Amino acid sequence: MLSQITHDIITFKGLGTIFKSMSTAETTLEGRYSDKVSDHYNNPRNVGTFDKEDPSVGTAYEGAPACGDVLRLQLKVDDKTGKIVDAKFKAFGCMSAIASSSYATELVKGKTLDEAGAITNKDISEELALPPIKLHCSMLAEQAIQGAIENYKKKKVGCGAKNCCSTDSSSKTDCGA
Amino acid sequence: MSLSYPSIIKSLPKFSKPIYLDYQATTPTDPRVVEEMMPFLTEHFGNPHSITHEYGLFSKKAIDLSRERVADLIGARSPKDVLFTSGATESNNTAIKGLSWYFGKDKKPYIITQRTEHKCVLESCRFLEMQGWKVIYLDVDKYGRVDPAQLDATIREVGPDKVSVVSIMMVNNEIGTLQPVHEIGEICSSHGVMFHCDAAQAVGKMPVDVQKDHINLLSISGHKMYGPKGIGALYISRKPRVRLIPLMSGGGQERGIRSGTLAPALVVGMGSAAEIAGKEMAQDLAHVTRLGKKLRDGFTSKLEDVVLNGHPTERYPGSVNMSFSCVEGEALLAGLHDLAVSSGSACTSASLEPSYVLHALGVACTSASLEPSYVLHALGVSPELAHTSIRFSVGRFTTDEEIDKAIGDVTTSVKRLRELSPLWEMKQEGIDISKINWTMH
Repeated sequence: MLSQITHDIITFKGLGTIFKSMSTAETTLEGRYSDKVSDHYNNPRNVGTFDKEDPSVGTAYEGAPACGDVLRLQLKVDDKTGKIVDAKFKAFGCMSAIASSSYATELVKGKTLDEAGAITNKDISEELALPPIKLHCSMLAEQAIQGAIENYKKKKVGCGAKNCCSTDSSSKTDCGA
Repeated sequence: MSLSYPSIIKSLPKFSKPIYLDYQATTPTDPRVVEEMMPFLTEHFGNPHSITHEYGLFSKKAIDLSRERVADLIGARSPKDVLFTSGATESNNTAIKGLSWYFGKDKKPYIITQRTEHKCVLESCRFLEMQGWKVIYLDVDKYGRVDPAQLDATIREVGPDKVSVVSIMMVNNEIGTLQPVHEIGEICSSHGVMFHCDAAQAVGKMPVDVQKDHINLLSISGHKMYGPKGIGALYISRKPRVRLIPLMSGGGQERGIRSGTLAPALVVGMGSAAEIAGKEMAQDLAHVTRLGKKLRDGFTSKLEDVVLNGHPTERYPGSVNMSFSCVEGEALLAGLHDLAVSSGSACTSASLEPSYVLHALGVACTSASLEPSYVLHALGVSPELAHTSIRFSVGRFTTDEEIDKAIGDVTTSVKRLRELSPLWEMKQEGIDISKINWTMH
């Protein structure tokens, strides 16, 4: 399979002059991303925004613009059943970041908070077949899920300060691969 | 299983003939150049150093003509000042290492360069640093320009007789910024310091005059000026005399500085490209200026929050490096199936690195492969903008229709990705993203 040697080849104005612009598998998009990542990138699930102030919503931000990845994950929880009934995301980042957060919203829906809390980055990276260099995207998504759960719980308990819980992502962000 | 070249092409998943907007990465070989090269791949195959027979002499004559053409293009005093190499990387290595080794780190321990140079210049300097030279990397302003006054002060501070070489490029390969080469040349000349200029992105595309600008050594790249890949040149002035220690030992070709049999086809390719470039420079420049502006204006008129990186006027107009706020570069590229562009320098993209030129102030991601552009970083471009940059470059064969399509595709993709972007949402709400305390590593 030539996914390891991906060449973009262009014929120039049909004059028969052919030149190659070569990229390694790492940089060419066709060669390195799984179909699943492409699918989430082209058809992201659950894009949007819940009201942060809504008591049934937990919100988390992971990442930083300087690292090139910012994920926002929001969960809507049914108080009575303790289950996540809806989820929304927005992402600033590469295809893997978008795909990881999109998939995360699919994963959490219908789960209880405990079940959602047990989701690991591996669940995400394996499903999406993320290349090693992009594994950190799945970690951010995992952290976002946990951050959102924590945020929801904190709000339930009532920490008082209105804005501190909604924009604080309490887990560490690591840009390294 | 053995593959043939045609079968490789057939087996590619998607041969969709994207619009080529990556002229700063490489240019197509002009069909006229290919035509002039062909005889030297077929019947006229002689070794140009075999001067005892017609085969060799014919090749030699062709090379002599090419040398003249390149010399004319850059305003050299004589064709003898032009040496052929395998490309600008080799020319840069030869110039910087050659000069430094000749002078010696005891006599002239200092090398002065700047932060947005091409990787081959920076790596050559780093290599010499490991050997004991002291390299000073001049800072650049937010457009990527060196301050001539700062260069002057630096030379005075370390002592002009202690500087092996000053190496500063003419046009930056990522953002198109033009350095104040004339002032730099004058300063170096006044101090008697060797000035090497990597002009790979400039020669053939804009007027270059090595004598007027007091340039002692100049690097040229064949494939950046519609010539073939695998050939470059190094201009070395003979007045004042420049002496170098060669990289390559061997038969003493190219004034003893670059041993090795010359490839007549490639050299002819370079000569042919040089001639065409000289003749058509005015119209080429007008063409890329118009289309470069059309592209920029297209983006700025259809989208908010887009920034042109590099100097607004002191630039090569064919280079359009733009940052699209709140949209990550790689994600944007993924949506541009019909365009061939890059998110930063192709040369540094062995991994996922966009561009070191845009590498942000302050925060560096721990993994080298996730670093944004070091060139943009040197400019002090904010980290977020560094990750959102795309480099477009237009050229001789770019058409208006291609520009229109590019503007349309990019606009659509940016708008779509902004709908997905939490940063864009925050911006729309009036939140200043730079003020937020993002959780950092």
